[in-house]
Amino acid sequence: MRTKLLRFGPDALGKAGVVGSGRLYAAVAVGGFRRYATYRTATLAGVFTNTVFGVILASTYTALWDERPHLGGYDQSDALTYVWLGQALLTTMCVMGTGFEDELIERIRTGDIAIDLYRPADLQMWWLAQDLGRALFQFVGRGLIPFAVGAWLFDLTLPASPLTWLAFLVAVALGALVSYSFRFLVALAAFWLMDGAGIVQMTWLAGVFCSGMVLPLNVFPGVLGEVVRALPWAALIQAPADVLLGAADPVGTFAFQAGWAVALLAAGRFLQAAATRRVVVQGG
Amino acid sequence: MGVSGAVGTGVRTGSRAHDDRDGWGAWDDGPLGRWERVLDGVRAYRMIAGMWIRSTMAYRVSFVMTTIGNLTATGLDFLAIVLMFSRIDRLGGYSLPEIAFLYGLSAISFGTADLVVGSMDRLGRRVRDGTLDTLLVRPAPVLAQVAADRFALRRLGRITQGLAVLGYALLTLDDVHWTILKVLLVPVTVISGGAIFCAVFVGGAAFQFVARDASEVQNAFTYGGATLLQYPPGLFARDLVRGVTFVLPLAFVNWLPALYVLGRPYPLDLPEWVAFLPPLVAAGCCALAGLAWRAGLRSYRSTGS
Repeated sequence: MRTKLLRFGPDALGKAGVVGSGRLYAAVAVGGFRRYATYRTATLAGVFTNTVFGVILASTYTALWDERPHLGGYDQSDALTYVWLGQALLTTMCVMGTGFEDELIERIRTGDIAIDLYRPADLQMWWLAQDLGRALFQFVGRGLIPFAVGAWLFDLTLPASPLTWLAFLVAVALGALVSYSFRFLVALAAFWLMDGAGIVQMTWLAGVFCSGMVLPLNVFPGVLGEVVRALPWAALIQAPADVLLGAADPVGTFAFQAGWAVALLAAGRFLQAAATRRVVVQGG
Repeated sequence: MGVSGAVGTGVRTGSRAHDDRDGWGAWDDGPLGRWERVLDGVRAYRMIAGMWIRSTMAYRVSFVMTTIGNLTATGLDFLAIVLMFSRIDRLGGYSLPEIAFLYGLSAISFGTADLVVGSMDRLGRRVRDGTLDTLLVRPAPVLAQVAADRFALRRLGRITQGLAVLGYALLTLDDVHWTILKVLLVPVTVISGGAIFCAVFVGGAAFQFVARDASEVQNAFTYGGATLLQYPPGLFARDLVRGVTFVLPLAFVNWLPALYVLGRPYPLDLPEWVAFLPPLVAAGCCALAGLAWRAGLRSYRSTGS
């Protein structure tokens, strides 16, 4: 298998292959987008549910900020904006899972991964392209409407400067990259664990808690707050929200997100190499 | 293979008890026939659930881990409330023990419904991939089969976590003047609340006969409802409270009886006796959900694949 990998692997494509593989990954990304765009009823159902949760959370946050104005450096409308951003980015960032990782884990478990490794495409890049396509669809398809409803029902902080919005979009893109890199690591763990259910559940738990879905990370008290704000999950929702609300310096935020993305992608590379070299693929 | 075999035998034993009937004609039978049909359903449910429990127990470590995971996952939202109270003393005028009281009741009721009929949110998938047809030809009520499908004992995690929070609330509530009526109201509330949530699950599943891909809509009412009820009604817009009182009567799951126990004013100027309505509301909800389920099942057209 190793010889085949060398022959058909992306490195073998050489310089001429760079343009070709760029086109390949673009096509995979478009496929990822269209795959999720197919299920319109499911998307609408999700939009509805995100909106209901947004209303519930926004009501509790209103009470919380009534009690303690300027909690965590946010005023009330900042806090409400945070709630609706969280609902909008929840599926984009796959905070609660159900992205490509379930599929990849299943392929590792069944041994289908062997076929993927023969393909003239890099495993990490292939799924990255697919996942970014998905993220773009869910940002547009599932994010915009709940956020618009939130802005209509509640008094939100919406910056006037288009530059701030642009910076926000960059932060969202970087957040999606961090989200992918982390979930790729989780999926590859299935090479050693065989059953991915346990680690997926742990990731889910950590994701929901540390991304700031249950409470903004700047409200977390003391050392706990400092720890969660330094973890990669802070790049998913807290970072884009702080850029939009002007609560954080965009350049510093980008650096934080990009740092985690590079570190996690490198770890993914390393794990992928180790997995393909040392692990016996499952299956018949 | 072993799985389908177990269901097969179980169902055969169940139907042998009254082999004069094929299980379908029972719709139009008198009250006695209907009662037997309910017993039939309970029997089928017990057998299918028992089979899933046995299959879960084959991997004991995995069961313990997923139950602990479930317990932790459902505890996160209470942790969020505790974190909030690290910064404040009262939320919407309520203390932490009072909110814990609301939370515990909501979590236990919802957890029970989730354990008993939570698998029904997979109905849309069964309609889509055609596996519902398999259930239709078996001589056991479809509702019981769908509800017991993939019975997940790990969902005890949420109930356990709810009991722990309720226990904490009961130990720390100091302003409540307990009367016998209030003490009795707590278990009645939990049972009625569980039944109301069961009705929501069944009604949601009935809706999935019509809208197959829309299973997530149900989450807004089940998980969303359970989250809503963790907080005092005063936090929410009047129209929302009106909606969950008169349209989808989630307010009877815990809000109204709990406010009576806590001696707090009711929302919407409701009279005091509404605190004792949950059993009636639960019965009404279950009847409506049953009708919706029947209508949904009758309108079902197989995908034909």
